[in-house]
Amino acid sequence: MKQKKEKLLSGKKEADGLTRRDFLKGAGVAVSGSILVGEAQAEANPAEGSAQVQGPGEVPVTLRVNGETRRLNLEPRVTLLDALRDRLDLTGAKKVCDRATCGACTMLMDDRPVYGCTVLAIEAQGHEVTTIEHFSKGGKLHPMMSAFVEHDAQQCGFCTPGFVMACIAFLKTHPNPTMEEVEKGLGGNLCRCGTYWGIRHAVLDAAKAMSAEAEGGLIHG
Amino acid sequence: MERFEYANPTSRKEAISLLAAEWGQTEVLAGGTDLVSCMKDFACTPKRVVSLKRISDLRGIRSSGKELRIGSMTTIRELLEDQHVKQGYPALIQSAEYIRSEQLRNMGTIGGELLQRPRCWYFRLGYGLLAQYNGKSLVPDGDNRYHAILGNSGPAYFVSPSMMAPILIAMGAQVRLEGPGGAREITVEKLYRTPAQPDEREHTLHPNEILTEIIVPRQEGARSAVYEVRQKEALDWPLTAAAVVLKMNGDTVSHARVVLGHVAPVPWPSPEAEQTLEGKTVSEDVAEAAGKAAVSKATPLSMNGYKVQLARVAVKRAIMQAAQGGA
Repeated sequence: MKQKKEKLLSGKKEADGLTRRDFLKGAGVAVSGSILVGEAQAEANPAEGSAQVQGPGEVPVTLRVNGETRRLNLEPRVTLLDALRDRLDLTGAKKVCDRATCGACTMLMDDRPVYGCTVLAIEAQGHEVTTIEHFSKGGKLHPMMSAFVEHDAQQCGFCTPGFVMACIAFLKTHPNPTMEEVEKGLGGNLCRCGTYWGIRHAVLDAAKAMSAEAEGGLIHG
Repeated sequence: MERFEYANPTSRKEAISLLAAEWGQTEVLAGGTDLVSCMKDFACTPKRVVSLKRISDLRGIRSSGKELRIGSMTTIRELLEDQHVKQGYPALIQSAEYIRSEQLRNMGTIGGELLQRPRCWYFRLGYGLLAQYNGKSLVPDGDNRYHAILGNSGPAYFVSPSMMAPILIAMGAQVRLEGPGGAREITVEKLYRTPAQPDEREHTLHPNEILTEIIVPRQEGARSAVYEVRQKEALDWPLTAAAVVLKMNGDTVSHARVVLGHVAPVPWPSPEAEQTLEGKTVSEDVAEAAGKAAVSKATPLSMNGYKVQLARVAVKRAIMQAAQGGA
């Protein structure tokens, strides 16, 4: 095992020779050429015999998404967001910053909000992934979505799916929030159109609607 | 992102054996909130990524009478919800609450928080930690509005990105590092260094070591606080931050620790501010004097003079908060 590892690492090193940094220094911004050399070499040296080392080529990945089991072949570098959008046609979660700072890709893993752009799909195995599609099955809107519509809580709409997911997750831990808690609790999502006012009021309203629903849906008739 | 091999070992020993002895070959994946972005920017291009998620004994918080031991894979969320931390180490809660994203709190770990890479945009754009182009740093004549105001005589100008390191240093915390040769424990302060060469890292962790635990001594009778000056309340890194731990003898400060964050390539302890406080009763004037002392040696770059003022005020406000009972 040790020998193989060393062989693999040293083999890669020789093949790479030119690092991206050197390449950037020497040749401006084009990068494709130097990467391909490394990839070819890596495939020639799979870490066979080592149970826990996978890739860099495609490996079987089993995801649980919105209650269904989905089997894919993915490279370890593929993010959960890319797997859902590009391979499973679940395009509700949006790719905006792609750097864990804007929240447009917010989805739930085991009921907790995460940035799908920054979870490797291979690491999402064994977890229940829930995307915005889950909350509008059969065309019926979730109370949070209705509240967003009611409060005009979107403008261009690109951040909206992520915000709705963050808001739904927030109400799971704060079923009866104050405005201040809403403001703080949504700190992981950005809206460049600045629709925060509408979103915050939508959350407060959805909280009321959802607690009424939980009590049998009779309070508001 | 370049392609990489992925490994998810179940023990520390196995994890260590999968790491290369030199930087650049392998990277450790904890919560992923920083590493995945770094790889997308090609600022990190490992051939192998070693995930620590399946090593269950790296997770969890234990408290004894004399110390708190936090497993490095404990998430920020778990830290925030821990009763021992809430009761005995409220300044750690205050610091973690500045991580203003539920998503990052759920994903990010305390080990990753301490070992996240600098936010310097030249680094993230692929110019390396020292931001060099043709052997010369791009920072002094470039856009340095968020760069260092202390410890910035070069060649490093980035600021240490950790939000929790300053308070952990002020509390006298240690980290446990495990590698092929065994385990060692060093102060959190010693975990950081200013790199002098492009191939050096800003951490003293060896490439084939993993950070396994953070050990915080019991804070008997101490008053602590963290104050961050931020551009926005939502998810962001602070412009400057200050962490203060005061040990009191009646009304006077018997021992002070003042550590600044986001002002230098390392978390920046300020003996100048500490000396100003010791033996004094804290007042607005004393805190003001300590803030001034903390930035007395600041050497701002062309665009970040404003950070000197922010750092001065952050120190003053952290001291006042601590003196008034603390976090």
